[in-house]
Order: sequence, then C-alpha cells, then structure tokens
Amino acid sequence: MTGVPPRALLLWCPDWPVLAAEIVDGVPATGPVAVLHANRVVACSERARAEGIRRGLRRREAQGRCPHLTVLDHDPGRDARAFEPVVAAVEEVVAGVEVIRPGACVTAARGPSRYLGGEEAAAERIVEHVAQSCAVESQVGIADGVFAAGLAAREGRIVPPGDTAGFLSGRPVEALGRPALADLLRRLGVRTLGDFAALPAGDVLARFGFDGALAHRLAAGRDDRPLAVRQPPADLTVTADHDEPIERVDAAAFAARTLAERLHERLSAYGLACTRLGIEAVTAHGQELHRVWRHDGLLTAAAIADRVRWQLDGWLSGSSGRGGARPARPTAGIIRLRLVPDGVLAQAGLQPGLWGETGAERDRAHRALSRVQGILGPEAVVTAVLGGGRSPADQVRLVPWGDERVPARPGPPPPLPLPPVGAVSPPVAAVLPCPSAAPASSVGSGPSTVSVPEVSPPAVSAPVAPVSVAPAPVVAPAQLPVVPVAAAGSGGGVVVARAGGRRAGRGGAVPEPPWPGRIPPPAPAVVLSTPLAAEVHDAAGEPVMVSARLAVSAPPARVTVGTGRPAEISGWVGPWPVDERWWAPAEVRRRARFQVCLVDGSALLLAVEGGQWLVEAIYD
Amino acid sequence: MTKHDGGLVRMAGRMVVGSAALAELVRPASAPDPAGGHRVLPVRAELTGLLPNRGLRRGSTVAVGTGQPRHSGTTSLVLALLAEASRAGSWCAVVGVPTFGAGAAAEAGIALDRLALVPDPGPEWPTVVAALIDGVDVVVTAVPATISASVSTRLAARARQRGSVLVPYGRWDGADVTLQVVRGVWQGLGSGRGRLRRREVTVSARGRGAAARPKEVKVWLPGDEATRVIPRSAGPGVPPVAPPRRLRVVAAGGRRTEVRP
Repeated sequence: MTGVPPRALLLWCPDWPVLAAEIVDGVPATGPVAVLHANRVVACSERARAEGIRRGLRRREAQGRCPHLTVLDHDPGRDARAFEPVVAAVEEVVAGVEVIRPGACVTAARGPSRYLGGEEAAAERIVEHVAQSCAVESQVGIADGVFAAGLAAREGRIVPPGDTAGFLSGRPVEALGRPALADLLRRLGVRTLGDFAALPAGDVLARFGFDGALAHRLAAGRDDRPLAVRQPPADLTVTADHDEPIERVDAAAFAARTLAERLHERLSAYGLACTRLGIEAVTAHGQELHRVWRHDGLLTAAAIADRVRWQLDGWLSGSSGRGGARPARPTAGIIRLRLVPDGVLAQAGLQPGLWGETGAERDRAHRALSRVQGILGPEAVVTAVLGGGRSPADQVRLVPWGDERVPARPGPPPPLPLPPVGAVSPPVAAVLPCPSAAPASSVGSGPSTVSVPEVSPPAVSAPVAPVSVAPAPVVAPAQLPVVPVAAAGSGGGVVVARAGGRRAGRGGAVPEPPWPGRIPPPAPAVVLSTPLAAEVHDAAGEPVMVSARLAVSAPPARVTVGTGRPAEISGWVGPWPVDERWWAPAEVRRRARFQVCLVDGSALLLAVEGGQWLVEAIYD
Repeated sequence: MTKHDGGLVRMAGRMVVGSAALAELVRPASAPDPAGGHRVLPVRAELTGLLPNRGLRRGSTVAVGTGQPRHSGTTSLVLALLAEASRAGSWCAVVGVPTFGAGAAAEAGIALDRLALVPDPGPEWPTVVAALIDGVDVVVTAVPATISASVSTRLAARARQRGSVLVPYGRWDGADVTLQVVRGVWQGLGSGRGRLRRREVTVSARGRGAAARPKEVKVWLPGDEATRVIPRSAGPGVPPVAPPRRLRVVAAGGRRTEVRP
C-alpha cells in the first residue's frame, strides 16, 4: 500500500556451490558434480542435471543415476569466500550492493540504469564485468522488488516497470520458497502466485499468520523492503611514493616512521589494531620485498616503525651472495613503501600480564629476536617444541619465532627432572630385567607397534627401560597385568600390552600416546639432522649385521664414522627395534637402534636400517 | 672497596663507626660489583666453584673451549651453565648450533619457550650476535673458524655494556673465564646390556683476574638423579666402570624408584 516497490537489479550465479567448489578446491564444474548437504543434493552442475540429478535427491539415488558423479560436501564458508570477488567486481560498477546469499546479490536498479544508459545496458555491463574479472557466468534480472527480481534473474529477464504483478501471477506457489505453505496452498487449490495474491489480505493473515501475510505481499508484487547494502571493508593500506629513490637506510627509516604513524592514525580512527603487518618495498627497478611481521601484542606506531627499519636494514645491507636464503640486494633505491595491516581486530585495549610473561625482559628479548628475523629472515630464528616420537629428532619441532608453539606429534610432556621421591609405589620385588616382561607398553593409542625380541641370540637381552610409560595413575606393581597380544609387524616379535582398564577410568581426557620404544633418557645433546653413515665391525673385523629376527651377528667392537679413524667400542646395548609408519610407504622406517660407548668415554646413538649403520645422535 | 680501611682504624671511635658504614656504600667506580643479587645470574651449585662470582656475572664472557682432542661433555656443560639462569626467568639464545639437542636442554632444566635458536647465522654472524646481546640475557654462540680479534673484542665489549653474558663455544681469546672439559666418561653401559645412565665430567676453569688460578671440578653431566660433585678424595683413581648396581623400576606415572639390592 506504500506505492510501487523500488526497482531492484539482482545478479544470480547459477549453481553457485558447484562453481565455488571449482574456484576454491579446483573441482572441474564441467563434469557431473553434485553438492550434498545432509545426504540430499543441494546443487549440481549442468552435466549432472543432464544425467537426471535434481535437487533433493539422496546420495545413493544420485549416484545410481550417474555413477561417475563427483560428490562434494556443502560448505557455506567456501561458497561465501568464493563469492567475495564477485561482489567486489559488482561494486566496481555500481554502489550499494546487498548480498542475499552466496551466489546472489542485489542492488538498486535506478542509479546504474541512469548512469549506464538504460536497464539493459546496465545489466549487460555488470554481467560482462563479472565475467571478465572473475570468470564467472551470471544472469541479471530486474523487476520491482527483490523477490520478483530474483525470479526474473532465473530467466535473465527485465520486467518492465509496473508489470511485476503480471509477471508473478503465472508462477507456481513453490516460487515463494516456503515448502510447507506451498504444500498447504496446493491442497487448498491455490496453484499460482496470482491465485494467492487474489485472496483478501485480512483473511490470509488470519489463516496463515504473519509469515503467510508477508508471502502474500510478495506474491502480489508489493515487496517494499529496502535494500540492506553492505559497507565495503575499509581500505587500511597506507602507501608512500617517493620521487627521489631512497638510497640510505636511515632515510628509509625516517620515511617509515611517518608512514607508520599514518597507519596507526588510520587504524585507531576505525577503532582497530593489527596483529600482523605486511611491509612492502618497491625499488626503482621494480624489485619488491614483501615480508609479514607477527606480533604477540598489538603493534604500536613505534613498533611498526622499528620493524620497517629492521626489514629495510636487512635488505639494503644484505649480501647478495647467499642465494635463496634472502632476496638479493636491491640494485636501486626504494621508491614506494606500503604498509598492509593483516589480522585486524577490534581494539579493545591491551591487558598485560600482572606477573611474569609480559615484562620488560620479555619485550627486550622480543625486540632483539625480531631484529634478527629482520636480518636473516623470519624462519632463521626458531624455538624448539618437544612432542612425542621415538627418536630424538622426531621429538623436537622447530617453529619460527612468533608462531604458535605446537609439537609435531602429540606426546607425553617433556621429561622433567625427576619429582621428589614420595608418591611412588613402594619398593617392590617386581624386577623387570627378564626380556619378555620388560616394557609395559600399551598398544592401540600409539600409532604403531613396537616389537620386543622374545629370544634374541646371542645373549642380546632386551633393554630394561627403552620404553617409557605415559603418565598414568599410579598402579601398584602387583596389578600390572602383562597381556601378550598377537604379534604384528616384524617377524617373531611379541607385543606386550598392559590392559587399559585404569586408563579408561580417566574420564574424557584425551590419552597421550605413550610412544613405546622411545629412547630412554638421558637425551643426546647433539642430534644430527641428517644421520652420518658409519660402519660397525666385530672383533674379527667382519661387519656386524642385525637379522630380520633382530639377532646381532656378533658383538660390535669397532665403529668407523664416515671416513674417520676406527674407534674401539667399550660398551653397547641393543638392538632396540622400531617399525614406524609401515602403512605409509613414503614414511616407513624400520630401524634397530644401539647405544654405543667408546673407549675415550664418548657415547653415540647408532641405528641400522637396511644393513646401513647410521649415527643418529651424539651423547655429547 | 677496602682502600680506606687502614686509615680508618686509626681514627676516633665515632668517626670509625660512621666511615665504616659509609665504606660499605661507597666504592671506586672501577671496582667490581659486590656479589650482588641481580648482577649475577645463578648457575648450578656444583659449577659455582668454577666461576669467579659464583655465577654468570652480567657483562662477562664465559667461554667454553673445545679442546683437542675433543672430550665428550662439552655441549652438556653449556646446557648445564644455562639451566639455572633459564629456570630463574632469563632469556637465552643459541647461535650457530644446528645440531642442538632440545630434549637434552629440557632435561637439563632449560625453559624451551625462553630459548631462541639461530641455527644458521651465516656470514651475518657478528651482526646477529650483537643484536642478540642487546636483548637476551645469555647468548651462547658457536664461534666460526675465522674470526678476527677485533670482532671478538667488540662483541665482548658490547656484552659488558649491555649486561648480557656471552658464552662463546669454541676458541675464544680474552674471555673472563674459559671452561674446558678435560675428561668425560659415560657409565651404565655394559657389553650388550644396561643403558647410558650418567657421565662423569671433569671441568677445568682458567681465566683472568680473580679466576687466574686454575680450578678443576668433577660433576655428573647428566647425573642419574641429581647432578652432584664427586668428592675430591674419591680422586681420579676410581675406575669408571661398575657403577653402583641398581635396579630401576619403571612405575606408572613415569616415576622411578631406585632399589639397591
């Protein structure tokens, strides 16, 4: 009753979930593709439609109609992400765009049609621009009101002003998008929107409620809801162009300081702060250096200026000799500096810790380490995180400074110095040096099995404690049931497991894998990232071999590392077998490890794999 | 610090009391800090005897030498030096050691989240070490083979000025103290049995000034429970084999009990 609804121009991309999967995941949309949600098809490609796939089909039925169908999961996030460039392209042509859902956006038709010379010209221009900038096919419908424009877009029609009611009247009631109401109306004999619109508004409200009344208004073409246009995201990037190329670091740092202050002003004007900052410098010869800086706290203007200076310092004073590790030294001065804030969040004030953590010491150390990152690159400064794993190298992951400290493999907490003796189970007679009963390990939670030699000739006794037990409730040793399980993996081994009854009682806590077969402490102080080849000989000078059944051919007597001189072995123990990741052919590792003590007092961690001896670590 | 003492004793009683009180507060600018708390970073009890201030004095250079032939235990000695300071909250950095064993560092008691590693500084080594000296309390660095005396002097001066402890690891002239492992013998490994348990390491220290007198101490690095000094009387005559025979029961919870038979 408020007059004619505003003209709306709706851009619709057919089968958007399928297209989004192509854009984001690279699934070719030209083949038969269906996107399913809750076991029902929500969208399918043209090819799949030709094969008889329809919306609402079950997965099994769809695959029955088209056996080579590619089935994807519905992901609204993926759809929205892929649609963002399309909206940006539309915004380049017209102002004020409302996104109805991923795959459809609407704008007022009046402005663009007057500016671009008619509604048809505007529609063509928008479709062409979207196709050119995003390579996405789309259709445009123009009508009075968003609802009618949506229906018009499915046919690519432009409904002349005032004809909207007539355009709508022939559509089926299902077009309302309310299945329950449509079903009811059909049973009442109302089949088209025109029939529905002809009903008295008061009666519709009384019979179908508010939603029915709203649907009634839509069906009559009186869709006068105004557009809720989105606010385009603020452009926070600050750029400084210099006519005179900057040749010296201090001049660049001075420029960076003013630039940083401008960025900070802009950020605070929007009430934002950034946690990551991209710094981009371009030289007169077109070389670019872009680096992203991370920061635990929020960057202040001075902190930004410091980082710009460090990065330029590292670049301008850099040596060009080391290829790959860092960009080559620039050949000309810098003509453009740009700061791109990333990881922007609402500035809600920074709460420093009361004790410890955020102190002056920490800030000082952070500045120094960030400085080194500026000189050598972000990956050059690392911290070590301990995790699970069997070999010393597996247990450590090096993460770049500033990144989240997450271990590579879940595992027990790092081996801390022993707790004071107290809550330990009483001294017992349960002596464990007998090989088959030795390591009480639990199978199942660890990603692989470890085999302990049952009988290992000649006189190779299994280690007493190569297997450390995960932190678990204290179990009196008398309750330690040792249950032999069927052998798996390497031949002849017996897998020993502790029944997990106590473990289950720990409630919902995620059990940490115990990593049976870990090298026992003390950990080696020198861990070689690439093991050194070695040769091990027995007293007679023959190479020492370890058979598949873990039999050592003779006690090792001499070890030769690389091309060095042979060293006499004064003590040794092994083999400690590991058979890791046998299910992944690329990562499979089957080794037997030895601890070896040399006559000069030093000790090595040796491993033999496929007949080749390796030095994995040095107990230095 | 004690320059005035001789004159003061001869003065009148009241003056003596007042000046003695002052003498405790006033000292020549060149004199070293009296063993004051925060000026010295703590080290393990058994290593205090080797260092002139019973700890890592801020601004000093404590070198760890790798002798020829190289003895087992040098890396563990570096870790042991850092451990107490790191536990007390100091930040540490290790430069140029790509084979650093983080597991051993954690076992030694170093807080890994306050330990930064720069495995490969390359030709920028002096710049990197200088930058770290500015912000980190203890900087351990492997010394490149070719290093000019002027660079090492500059770095030591920078550490003195910034109050950091520089721990060069390798050949380094002009350090306040140079620690060196003269002997390291592992124990616990028999022929086909046992496992590595502990190591007896003999560390010698020599240096300048207060540390000029060479010292030598024996420590367990790592020990089988807690590291401790071996009494001097035990001497080097004790055969390194046959450690006290113990059975180790691995109980649930990772706790261990030592049972002497």
